[in-house]
Amino acid sequence: MVLLTELFQHFLPETILSVGVFVLLIIGAWRGERGFGLVDEMTVGLLGLAILSIVLSTKPDMAMLNGAFMDDGFSRFMKVLALIGAMASVIMSVDYLQRTGLEKFEYPLLIILSTLGMMLLISADNLISLYLGLELMSLALYVLAAFAREDGYASEAGLKYFVLGALSSGMMLYGSSLLYGFAGTVSFSGIAQAVAGSTSLGVVFGLVFLLAGLAFKMSAAPFHMWTPDVYQGAPTPVTAFFASAAKMAAVAITARVVMTAFPGATQQWRQIIVFLAIASTLLGSFAAIGQTNIKRLMAYSSIGHMGFALIGLAAANESGLRGVALYLAVYLVMTLGSFAAILSMRVDGKAVEDISDLAGLSRTNGLMAFFLAMLMFSLAGIPPLAGFFAKYYVLLAAVDAGLYPLAIIGVLASAVAAFYYLRVVKVMYFDDPAPEFDAAPFALRAILAISTIALLVFWVYPTPVMDAASAAAKSLL
Amino acid sequence: MPAVFFYIFATIMIASACVVIMARNPVHSVLFLILAFCNGAGLFLLSGAEFLALILIVVYVGAVAVLFLFVVMMLDVDFAELKQGFAEYLPLGVGVGLVVFAELGMVALGWQTSPLAASAAASPIPDNMSNTAALGQILYTKYAVFFEASAMVLLTAMIGAIVLTLHHRPNVKRQSIEEQNSRNAKNVVEIKKVPFRTGV
Repeated sequence: MVLLTELFQHFLPETILSVGVFVLLIIGAWRGERGFGLVDEMTVGLLGLAILSIVLSTKPDMAMLNGAFMDDGFSRFMKVLALIGAMASVIMSVDYLQRTGLEKFEYPLLIILSTLGMMLLISADNLISLYLGLELMSLALYVLAAFAREDGYASEAGLKYFVLGALSSGMMLYGSSLLYGFAGTVSFSGIAQAVAGSTSLGVVFGLVFLLAGLAFKMSAAPFHMWTPDVYQGAPTPVTAFFASAAKMAAVAITARVVMTAFPGATQQWRQIIVFLAIASTLLGSFAAIGQTNIKRLMAYSSIGHMGFALIGLAAANESGLRGVALYLAVYLVMTLGSFAAILSMRVDGKAVEDISDLAGLSRTNGLMAFFLAMLMFSLAGIPPLAGFFAKYYVLLAAVDAGLYPLAIIGVLASAVAAFYYLRVVKVMYFDDPAPEFDAAPFALRAILAISTIALLVFWVYPTPVMDAASAAAKSLL
Repeated sequence: MPAVFFYIFATIMIASACVVIMARNPVHSVLFLILAFCNGAGLFLLSGAEFLALILIVVYVGAVAVLFLFVVMMLDVDFAELKQGFAEYLPLGVGVGLVVFAELGMVALGWQTSPLAASAAASPIPDNMSNTAALGQILYTKYAVFFEASAMVLLTAMIGAIVLTLHHRPNVKRQSIEEQNSRNAKNVVEIKKVPFRTGV
């Protein structure tokens, strides 16, 4: 019997967020419409506190509550990534929300609730905690997508995401029921024991349904159809949250499910993951070529990047998992930086979203053009930026595991994808200047600068992130 | 005998589920949905889960389905328009449905259960304890965190519903009890002299 105090130490970040959300809810309800600023600042503090409580934790790995949740290196690494994504999204959102008249205190609250769901999801160690975490995360995301309720596009985004999300949840539950029917238990370790003996058709079927539901959440092709519309329609800071934190949780739980519940069926799930990876990288690179809206471009780009993360997962070994963890960390930084730049795109107080609006940025705002160009080079995977190393490690893992066709398709797709990233750079540096952007608020400039510098510094001093990623990968095997 | 009841409940349930999606009148759909729920409750009873059976009746039939009925009656949804593309998409839908059905058939026919499943799923309840009491005992102990996580999901739903639907309209007349109570004849009644045969 584990003592309650010990349990709380392992559950500290979740406890901080869940207690904090109630306190902030009361503050927000008390102060009414004036409460936004205070609640927003306290949310940033709360998320920061949760990050600290994870980073400073010295507790050994432990399965909690009869194996419902797992507190290990992998979950801590992914939780920190998700929390950083959430924190940056909240910081970036202030200016946007105030300008669009959306400064309601519920916005940061929904971000916290969604982040809480992500953390439960990341450390989920059985099918019930997986489903509860997923629903808590998604339900808040549906509302956030439709947060600008006066805007037709945002309402459409929310409704589309909700209906398709409900469908994917249904598929996932059906898969879970098949798995439970086979194994007689919902815990991942129990399923692993049952699967190790024999894999019947029913198990494979349950696995397919479960992975389809998870692939929907990480928007891997062919379950990506909602992504461009939702990314374009949702308010931009919400899109940043979707593209950063939510992806961390979805990929993390997929890795945990296949590695801890199905080590005995590697051949079966590898086929599915390889298919998802190939479809996503190809779709992410070809479908993005014709896009003119930069939020849609980022949507396709994120589909492609999820494909790359899955290439690492398909390797199904320690170096592959290290690649996945590293890829997600680098992807998070690149995404946050890009969205800081997108949120800075304002002409005469009005947000603009077309790639052509960036034309000639090098002459009107040289520093922002340089930072954005570095981000685009990194997204394209051009050395010596961090994006290159991230791609290098997942492809290396795939080659080590003997998945040569997958690695070759990955390289080719990234070459095609480089075209549209470089086109953004070309538009910024060689086209005739479009109207100048308004001065961006300090928070956005800071996030843009920090993320670009982080991508550059990674080349010189990769050790801390690499060590953390290696430790995370080790703990999952 | 339980087998006979199982087939009766299951058949009526599937048949009424089909009617739900095929009925022309949406009110009939909801009524058949209720019938499907009641048969589902019967199936739960047969498998010894009386708590779930009653919850299904109380929550789904008593609350959710009645709410459905209200929504269907109060919203003027043109169902004929919704079904416009039906014939157009029918071949594709039937094709996909048949493929999935065939695959599920393969799964069902070749169904195997892990040899470990029986021992893993076994959860014997002491003879002197009812099903509901056993559920209550683990729900608030072993599964307390799940219970609280569900509470967070409901909180999210509540906040979400308020954010998306609450409108603060400035020009709405509201009741102010304070104002009503402080009225007196002196400052609300005005006495006017009205001359004979003319209006005010």
